[in-house]
Amino acid sequence: MHMPAPNPDVLRRKARIVERLAHVLPDGAVIHEEHEVRAYECDALTAYKCPPLAVTLPASTEEVAAVLRVCHEERVPVVPRGSGTSLAGGALPTADSVIVGVARLNQVLETDYDNRFVRVQTGRTNLSVTGAVEEEGFFYAPDPSSQLACAIAGNIGMNSGGAHCLKYGVTTNNLLGVTMVLMDGTVVELGGAHLDAGGLDLLGVVCGSEGQLGVVTEATLRILPKPEGARPVLIGFSSNEVAGACVSDIIKAGVLPVAIEFMDRPCIRACEAFAHAGYPDCEALLIVEVEGSPAEIDEQLGVIKQIARGHDPVELREAADADEAARIWLGRKSAFGAMGQINDYICLDGTIPVSELPRVLGGIRKLSERYGLEVANVFHAGDGNMHPLILFNANEPGDLEKAEAMGADILRLCVEAGGCLTGEHGVGVEKRDLMAVQYTPDDLEAQMRVKDVFDPEWLLNPTKVFPLDVSETRRLGAPAAAA
Amino acid sequence: MNAVLEDDIAPAGEAELADAVRAARGPLRIRGGGTRGLLNTIEGEVLSTARLRGITLYEPGALTLVARAGTPLAEIEAALAAEGQRLPFEPMDHRPLLGSDGEPTIGGVVAANVSGPRRVQVGAARDFLLGVRFVDGTGAVVSNGGRVMKNVTGYDLVKLMAGSWGTLGILTEVSFKVLPAPAAAATLTLEGLETAEAVRVMAAALTSPFEVSGAAHDPDDATLLRIEGFEDSVAYRADRLVELLAPSGNVRVERDAEAVADRWRAVRDARKLAGDGEDVWRISVKPSDGVEVARRLPDARLLLDWGGGLVWAGVAPGVDLRAALHGVGGHATLVRASQETRQRFGVFQPEAAAVAALSRGLRARFDPRGILNPGLM
Ligand SMILES: Cc1cc2nc3c(=O)[nH]c(=O)nc-3n(C[C@H](O)[C@H](O)[C@H](O)COP(=O)(O)OP(=O)(O)OC[C@H]3O[C@@H](n4cnc5c(N)ncnc54)[C@H](O)[C@@H]3O)c2cc1C
Repeated sequence: MHMPAPNPDVLRRKARIVERLAHVLPDGAVIHEEHEVRAYECDALTAYKCPPLAVTLPASTEEVAAVLRVCHEERVPVVPRGSGTSLAGGALPTADSVIVGVARLNQVLETDYDNRFVRVQTGRTNLSVTGAVEEEGFFYAPDPSSQLACAIAGNIGMNSGGAHCLKYGVTTNNLLGVTMVLMDGTVVELGGAHLDAGGLDLLGVVCGSEGQLGVVTEATLRILPKPEGARPVLIGFSSNEVAGACVSDIIKAGVLPVAIEFMDRPCIRACEAFAHAGYPDCEALLIVEVEGSPAEIDEQLGVIKQIARGHDPVELREAADADEAARIWLGRKSAFGAMGQINDYICLDGTIPVSELPRVLGGIRKLSERYGLEVANVFHAGDGNMHPLILFNANEPGDLEKAEAMGADILRLCVEAGGCLTGEHGVGVEKRDLMAVQYTPDDLEAQMRVKDVFDPEWLLNPTKVFPLDVSETRRLGAPAAAA
Repeated sequence: MNAVLEDDIAPAGEAELADAVRAARGPLRIRGGGTRGLLNTIEGEVLSTARLRGITLYEPGALTLVARAGTPLAEIEAALAAEGQRLPFEPMDHRPLLGSDGEPTIGGVVAANVSGPRRVQVGAARDFLLGVRFVDGTGAVVSNGGRVMKNVTGYDLVKLMAGSWGTLGILTEVSFKVLPAPAAAATLTLEGLETAEAVRVMAAALTSPFEVSGAAHDPDDATLLRIEGFEDSVAYRADRLVELLAPSGNVRVERDAEAVADRWRAVRDARKLAGDGEDVWRISVKPSDGVEVARRLPDARLLLDWGGGLVWAGVAPGVDLRAALHGVGGHATLVRASQETRQRFGVFQPEAAAVAALSRGLRARFDPRGILNPGLM
């Protein structure tokens, strides 16, 4: 992965930029000492690190606007940051950039149960949004595995998903409105407590724009009444193909589980060793969860178990109580941690049409043999979002590069199968240079035009998402021709 | 197929459409089925999508359907029904309300982001739209999104195109996530509720765990709730809701499938306001503000959907409804009115200056010559 050289002119002006930022923010909200900015040198894609010029921690929309006005005037690139859990390098700084972190913007501004929304500042963590409404029996549906740490800001930046999005959708389907500051300091309100846009759906394009269109400071989020109950079943199979066919049959049967999670043998073994969840030792495992009253759950699980039996499962276990349900989920939820214990890994995030599952899994196996690197598969099978984990040894010179090359091949395979490079983690720097695999120059041009409108000087997170050569004239050139 | 008139430009494929846009010397009026009267006021040559027709992929086991933009909605709904599936967002049919004819097309549904009563539970057309192909105002063919359910690769132009009314590009192909159609459904009816009480009842139902998929109130008729799902589950939830709402009055439960479907089709199509003589506005607000909207419009004929969040209002011709609702929040779209009224008020709610500047900027970049449905939005 290549990053452009920092702009020497910005580096030279560091003292003045820091002084101007300090002038518009309260004490302690600007961090610029070398040993301090290092805490912000990377996100969860830790293979790449670079300390920023400075870090700002504004505590209000007005402070964010003030910071952006300074950066705009000084022509300094800005990298918005939530909690820094991006797996794609979305929050990775460059040496000439100022980080605008929203960690101090963590208040709940309004809860309205009758109208089923909550308005929060975006530095608030995902889980604590649900925390703020669960006493009244509500929850915020998108639930990335990182939900304890990740912020709503980053969820909006990446349009994050979670295990339960088969039924409830991803961030964009649960986002009603935002307050956002444009690069020149203008504050805009998009959407609100009502449904759908009155004009162009700008909210829709802001969600998932990876911090490139504006800094989102407040969000109106849809909250939902908690279901009466939920129960998972665990189904083991003797091959990936059969498990894939079972997923397709469940979906066709008219049941809509809230989650269908898939693990293959290497992943099952690692999770079992780590979490002792009592998983069977088999080729493939599905966790299928449904919701409702006890009787409704029985009705749906009845259909699912009947379908599963038609596929000769080696194990079919329904959670008898909350304890067993928790154990079934325990292994899955600790999958990344478990793999991390035994190996370094790269986590991919391509999506494929569900019908292509067996073929793509076969293709991954072949690539694994060719590269001599092991792959463990864990993914959201109901929606085809795969998370192959490529295991490698970071201490072995060349191993990371080999793993990255293999990752790129797997993602190409996903695109060839009719899918895409990333289902929920975002492009960031990680998949930036693969964008041309999925998109034509005209496709990319159309997307970049949107950035031209929101951020004509290309100062917001400019080295992400678009291949560097494709974005070069815009990043370096004068502002794109005015409309 | 929708009729193609002699002077219409009606390309038979995407490349041909791109050529036609490049060759255009003046404004184009983009037409799907032509069921929305609105577009008649735009000047320019008609560009029809009628020949871009057909379902190109349908995988029931993956819940995905891809179709060319000019495909009649009815053709898509029939194909889905044959597999026990449906478009979950319940697109309305505007013909009764507008007294128009033609066949609604799937491209038109997307271009106007048309959703019905179920929107309150499952989301809008834009939420089920997985991918688009379109020709922008320069004649470039652009693809965004795809046919998979989760996709965050690059910017989400899919959402941007939904509800852009042809002003950013001409859709050529759209892909959708579809869902299984439920085995059973029921309508719960309460009569004689004041609007404020009805909105409270709908909120109580929508905030219960019983998965209400429709919540509408007609001040001249009744308050309706819908539940859908497996047979036993619908029966169970109907019982629980009857219990929950008993303090507000007698709750009648209708379980006949045809009767339930008819009732909600009437809500979906705002059939109450069919005919002419009134201007019809479609108002999107915070659900509890539906009460305030009703209070401010004492002379209007109203239909509340989405638990109060969507208000259909029939008012005397030429009434400035936006002025009457000043300060309420949300937005009001003029759906049926004389050309003069449309010109006076504008079809769409004016946006705040900074937002309007962004929208204008996007249009200028996707359609630099200003030839795609100019002046519509
Ligand atoms: C263990 C682990 C498990 C994970 N599981 C999931 C999962 O199940 N599903 C999933 O989707 N993701 C998952 N992720 C990825 C990550 O947690 C999500 O992408 C998350 O939404 C990032 O949130 P953040 O607050 O940490 O954002 P950051 O990493 O700080 O930023 C993410 C992106 O958003 C932009 N951004 C941040 N703040 C703003 C703002 N205020 N305005 C505009 N743009 C902004 C950034 O510039 C960056 O491009 C996982 C990560 C880890 C480490």
